Amino acid sequence: MPDGDQIERAVRQVLGSLSGDLTATEASLLAELEALGREVARAKSEIAALRVEDINERHIPKATDELDAVVEHTAAATNEILDVCEGLERLQAELSGPQAERLGEAVTRIYEACSFQDITGQRITKVVSALKIIESRVAAVTARFGGGGDAPPPESEAPAEPVSEGRALANGPQLPGAAASQEDIDRLLASFD
Amino acid sequence: MAIDKSMNVLIVDDYKTMLRIIRNLLKQLEFDNVEEATDGAEALAKLRAGNFGLVISDWNMEPMTGLDLLKEVRADSRLKHLPFIMVTAESKTENVIAAKQAGVSNYIVKPFNAETLREKIEKVLVHA
Repeated sequence: MPDGDQIERAVRQVLGSLSGDLTATEASLLAELEALGREVARAKSEIAALRVEDINERHIPKATDELDAVVEHTAAATNEILDVCEGLERLQAELSGPQAERLGEAVTRIYEACSFQDITGQRITKVVSALKIIESRVAAVTARFGGGGDAPPPESEAPAEPVSEGRALANGPQLPGAAASQEDIDRLLASFD
Repeated sequence: MAIDKSMNVLIVDDYKTMLRIIRNLLKQLEFDNVEEATDGAEALAKLRAGNFGLVISDWNMEPMTGLDLLKEVRADSRLKHLPFIMVTAESKTENVIAAKQAGVSNYIVKPFNAETLREKIEKVLVHA
């Protein structure tokens, strides 16, 4: 794909080659080319004014750092909760009857609830992956339109390495409306029997 | 049929917190001999070196996924009949079908509760 400079140069060359009396068609073409040249110049200045390089240099790194911190802090908090649960289980061993039973049930429910950390961690990993894709696309746009100053052109994409079926199907958690329930999965498995 | 709860159970997950949760839930179900691995490759090495009666594995791990671990287990003459439960957030139909075709014993979607874990373990071990 030609970049903005190439288009602008091509338009100027065509304009420079036109001389003498112009026919109506040539005049119309000239007007179109002039408009195209102005449009290219305007787009270049608008992209430069957007400071798109800020997206890669500041905004995306800051967002990924914040998300990493979320994972780190929720993991620390979850482990703290699990420490307390394990203490309660030791206490449960000293109790008997309904009190021990109720305490055991409460601890089990806390363990179940703590699995949120795994799900949120996987969701955040998906968001970080999406941000990295945006980052590479912004870098490509910036380089092509000259907004990246002396930035090198984007590297051509390496041919994709073969991935295993397990990796190809690893999509992480689905959004609530799209996720199959345990009952759905049980029914699906039963259909194989 | 009574279940031998003294068996060695291998739990596989790249989230240490999840390993801890599953270990504690298994302890409540009186499975005390629990070992851990954080990806499929580490799990496979442990399975080949040890004597396990049950594997409970996540799917999405690096470098070897749970599905790839399952395929390796089913291709190994000594391990091919080992009960294998997938516990994962991968809830698409295509994932469940791929796991079933690879020989999974049962499939639990995260987040799960202790009762589901107990029920699936009992079902798998009774039919083992």
